[in-house]
Amino acid sequence: MTVTKGESAREGADDKGDVSGGTSDGVPDDGYAPSERRLARERYRRARARRATAVAALSTIVTAALLYLVVVNAPGWPRTKETFFSAHYAREALPKVLEGLWLNVRLLLICGVAVLVLGMVIAVARTLRGPVFFPLRVLAAAYTDFFRGLPLIINLMIVVLGVPALRLQGVTVDPVLLGGTALTLTYSAYVAEVFRAGIESIHPSQRAAARSLGLTNRQALRHVVLPQAVRRQVPPLLNDLVSLQKDTGLVSIGGAVDAVRAADIIVGRSLNYTPYIVAGLVFVALTIPMTRFTDWVTARMDRRRAQGGSL
Amino acid sequence: MSTRENTPGNTPVSSTPVLRMESVRKTFGGSVVLRDVALEVAPHTVTALIGASGSGKSTLLRCANLLEDIDDGAIWLDGEEITDPRVDQDAVRRRIGVVFQAYNLFPHMTVLDNITLAPRRVHGVSRTEAEERARELLERLGLGGKADAYPDRLSGGQQQRVAIVRALAVRPRLLLLDEITAALDPELVGEVLEVVRGLKDEGMTMVLATHEMGFARDVADQVCFLDGGVVLERGTAEQVFGDPQQERTRRFLRRIVEAGRL
Repeated sequence: MTVTKGESAREGADDKGDVSGGTSDGVPDDGYAPSERRLARERYRRARARRATAVAALSTIVTAALLYLVVVNAPGWPRTKETFFSAHYAREALPKVLEGLWLNVRLLLICGVAVLVLGMVIAVARTLRGPVFFPLRVLAAAYTDFFRGLPLIINLMIVVLGVPALRLQGVTVDPVLLGGTALTLTYSAYVAEVFRAGIESIHPSQRAAARSLGLTNRQALRHVVLPQAVRRQVPPLLNDLVSLQKDTGLVSIGGAVDAVRAADIIVGRSLNYTPYIVAGLVFVALTIPMTRFTDWVTARMDRRRAQGGSL
Repeated sequence: MSTRENTPGNTPVSSTPVLRMESVRKTFGGSVVLRDVALEVAPHTVTALIGASGSGKSTLLRCANLLEDIDDGAIWLDGEEITDPRVDQDAVRRRIGVVFQAYNLFPHMTVLDNITLAPRRVHGVSRTEAEERARELLERLGLGGKADAYPDRLSGGQQQRVAIVRALAVRPRLLLLDEITAALDPELVGEVLEVVRGLKDEGMTMVLATHEMGFARDVADQVCFLDGGVVLERGTAEQVFGDPQQERTRRFLRRIVEAGRL
């Protein structure tokens, strides 16, 4: 706790553009010597922090030990251990799962971009004014309502299984492409709502200022409203991307060999569930950096807002 | 302090008024904010709108800039009726600069980008030319070193001066100032009013809504007292502040004096 405090204070000083010598430790060079009162306070805080760390460590050990004992002493544990945590099958599954994961990563990248673009288009369509755009507005609203309500798994089945059944000329039957399409359809509806919330969170006075300068509605949106809206919505957008990352595993229902499907194949052959655990852990490992990044961006934005103060 | 004795705005002037309002009515839901407003602003003059909070000063300015649609009446800019629905509102707004009470700077842009946005995007001025003029204006208003700062790093007075530069950068025909010192700490009011005084000396036509009576008396060629949705009293600063004709004006000014604002 004390560490984060020190960090933010130092960064605050950096942000003020303080470039005089000796700022690396954040101490101004004005001959100040800390008073006895301050030293006593700091001693007390250090002691308290040490105590807190000790309590946290102890409670973690106790909790872990309890969990371990409960699981290991469960009547079915030896059997479960063999079926879910077999080192042999884990070694066999890992390379195949990783190979499949490459598909998930590619899907994430391509769908991520498509989702952001489509989501933005829909969000802007929903905020357009004027009678000409009425059908567009209605369409965009219907789209978000529909795809936010439709369970992703059903959407995937309709697109991945239904579209090939139509036997349309020139339309792909590739389960990866179709699965990606389904993911994009659902996620762009979510992302559109995130963008729209951002657009509506920008105070009307910003638009008024832009219009008073002679900017058209569209120019005000493009140069003044959208840049602020997008910046404000970065944390929820990243959150949706994390979610998309793990949902790319669902394209396996159409037969695309991604990480989940790769595990599935081994499970089907061996009747041992360890590959599922491996695939699950690999997904978790993949999302953790993204989640941490989201936290970092959010914290940074909160701090900047707190410093900006007046608005 | 301007020593010029300008022609009072209420005496007939030969040239077309920059801004003219006639029988303007504006309601919000059930409340009538402007009942029947008439106003004339001659070129190169300063008009001060005074009146209690909620008397419609800001609404009048927003209507003049077409940020609000009026219910009835008409408004002319340089003799052209701008309340005609066939008029291109964006083109009208390009000729009017507005400075808001809360500055309304764009927080995601540097000071320089705030100022050059409209010249570049609306008026098609090249980036170099727009930035050159912006820097020149900033320099003149004592903000030379702030071009690359973001608005939230500036004091209120500096932000408001940037907002004035932003409004001036498009060379407006008319400048509307809406309570531009109301959000400022008292010690920052002076620097902003000094800028307005300088603009007056350069001949900028301005309409300002203000609570700074001392400043209004000092700088305005014409003072309009708004009350009950009409311009109840209008005249030179000496007339309105020195010898108000209407009982309500007298009462308003008495309250101001008692509050130590005049």
